[in-house]
Amino acid sequence: MAAKLRLRPPEPGTAGLYLAVARGAFRRYSTYRAATLAGAVTNTAFGFILASTFLALWRARPGLGGYDTTQAVTYIWVSQALLVTVAVWGGGFQDDVQERFRSGDIAVDLYRPVDFQGWWLASDLGRAGFHLLSRGALPVLAGALAFDIRLPTSVTVWAVFLLSVLLAVVVSFGLRFLVALTGFWLHDSEGVRAVMLVVAMFFSGMLLPITLFPGALGELAAVLPWSALVQIPTDLFLEHRTGGAVLGALGFQLGWALALLAAGRGLQLLATRKVVVQGG
Amino acid sequence: MGIIEVHNVSRTFTVRTRAGRLRREKREVRAVDGLDFTVEEGECVGYIGPNGAGKSTTIKMLTGILVPTGGRLRVASVDPARERVGLARRIGVVFGQRTTLWWDLPLRDSYELARRIYRIPDARYRANLERCVELLELGALLDTPVRQLSLGQRMRGDLAAALLHDPQVLYLDEPTIGLDVVSKSRVRAFLREVNTLQRTTVLLTTHDLTDIEQLCRRVMVIDHGRVVYDGGLEGLHAAGESERTLVVDLAEVCAPIEVPGARVVRTDGPRQWLAIPARASAAPVLAAVAARYPLVDLSVREPAIEDVIARMYSSSEAHPKGATV
Repeated sequence: MAAKLRLRPPEPGTAGLYLAVARGAFRRYSTYRAATLAGAVTNTAFGFILASTFLALWRARPGLGGYDTTQAVTYIWVSQALLVTVAVWGGGFQDDVQERFRSGDIAVDLYRPVDFQGWWLASDLGRAGFHLLSRGALPVLAGALAFDIRLPTSVTVWAVFLLSVLLAVVVSFGLRFLVALTGFWLHDSEGVRAVMLVVAMFFSGMLLPITLFPGALGELAAVLPWSALVQIPTDLFLEHRTGGAVLGALGFQLGWALALLAAGRGLQLLATRKVVVQGG
Repeated sequence: MGIIEVHNVSRTFTVRTRAGRLRREKREVRAVDGLDFTVEEGECVGYIGPNGAGKSTTIKMLTGILVPTGGRLRVASVDPARERVGLARRIGVVFGQRTTLWWDLPLRDSYELARRIYRIPDARYRANLERCVELLELGALLDTPVRQLSLGQRMRGDLAAALLHDPQVLYLDEPTIGLDVVSKSRVRAFLREVNTLQRTTVLLTTHDLTDIEQLCRRVMVIDHGRVVYDGGLEGLHAAGESERTLVVDLAEVCAPIEVPGARVVRTDGPRQWLAIPARASAAPVLAAVAARYPLVDLSVREPAIEDVIARMYSSSEAHPKGATV
């Protein structure tokens, strides 16, 4: 019987559905204009504080971590742009799913002939698209006016960067999906999420570029999935990685994205089986 | 063959309770026990019972999101737990306290999404949407974000969303909860239309018995995981041993009336209340009273369906049928 509970992978012809879900999520976030503006202002304010700090640090220790001073300041602005877009702190679809666990609406989701993971991935990509334009582009524009920052001049670098951001969102989704699904066992995934927040802050390169981490810690940070969230897209933006290293970086992100999506699918199967067999 | 077939279905849950500091005791709770019923295509059946009777468990098993522990279950000829996703395209589910609508977006967007989820052909989608919009008076609301809708409006919106794909079976869980009188009657009128014209089979769970009285010819009462009554609404009175009340006003204060076929249940000065079985005629009792007592006025009160069911619940409370093992 267990085999019959198998979750089918998304069928062809459902692309339209997932596109509609992504579009809906984009529009949904865009309805809260005041909140978006307030968020962008916050990102800009933190950008100013951190960029000034980095400026002072790099003046004292030029070339730290292999970045020149302009690159270091740009690093701050790009990472601020990615913070909410990639949902380093969690959130996005995760808030929705947690709320659905709390209210019990999660049961309704199982009545619908849609793939749970596919639905929320589409929704989160739509959200990320909106956040990239609002919480991402606005702070970088502000930063570019006030600081000497380095924007890529080649179309290829921009394209590579955008692809990398897309993969970063998928990796982040994969991690958040696993955390959200613990709700099936723990009823509330808030605790797990709090732990993940700290880990993500540290290992994503959000706090400091992980190239600054010493020895083994740096090597560990470089292979963990969190480096795919901020460190890699930012390095690609700064052209800190070039040539073959670009493909390596994208491949690293893609690898983690696929692995985490597969793990999420497995966990979803277990969760569905638990609900269906043991009762919610 | 019925569209819903339930044969000897049971469902047990394992509940762990603390017994001492570290020790935990496992206990088996039977939510549904030997459930048996068939629903024919096009029927509208009221499914009622007190809280915790096993109603939700039944609905969950019928939609396939819960596997029965024992017994056989078929909806539209398929085993729901095995073909949950396939079945989901052929049934509609509405929970009064949940919503499938997209909270921050206009109602119309949720319907567009339903069209894609259920892969509804364009022509059918347009026709169904038009019909739902007209019957549920949703025209002015289509471009309003769901979060701005009142509870009654949202409920109507949810009903439409559940019916756009022409489901063969519609499960309704308290569809009128929290609605005002006008909204309730609008929802009921719509459901009647769907049931009679579309021939959609409806299984309706509710605590509002007016829903049942106005919509269902058949009612199933479930208690402690078993069907304790299955039949017409009228039959409930007989099954529940319900009584009519004869309110008699006498010219003076008298001793409690003693006539065959009736008993006094209350007295208040010259007024007395007599109970007579619902199926018996009131005429002989009336004649006997009029012949022997100074009768001034009288009225007959029909038994309320609420009272009948309340009595049914409490009587099965007195003889629990092994709800816990």
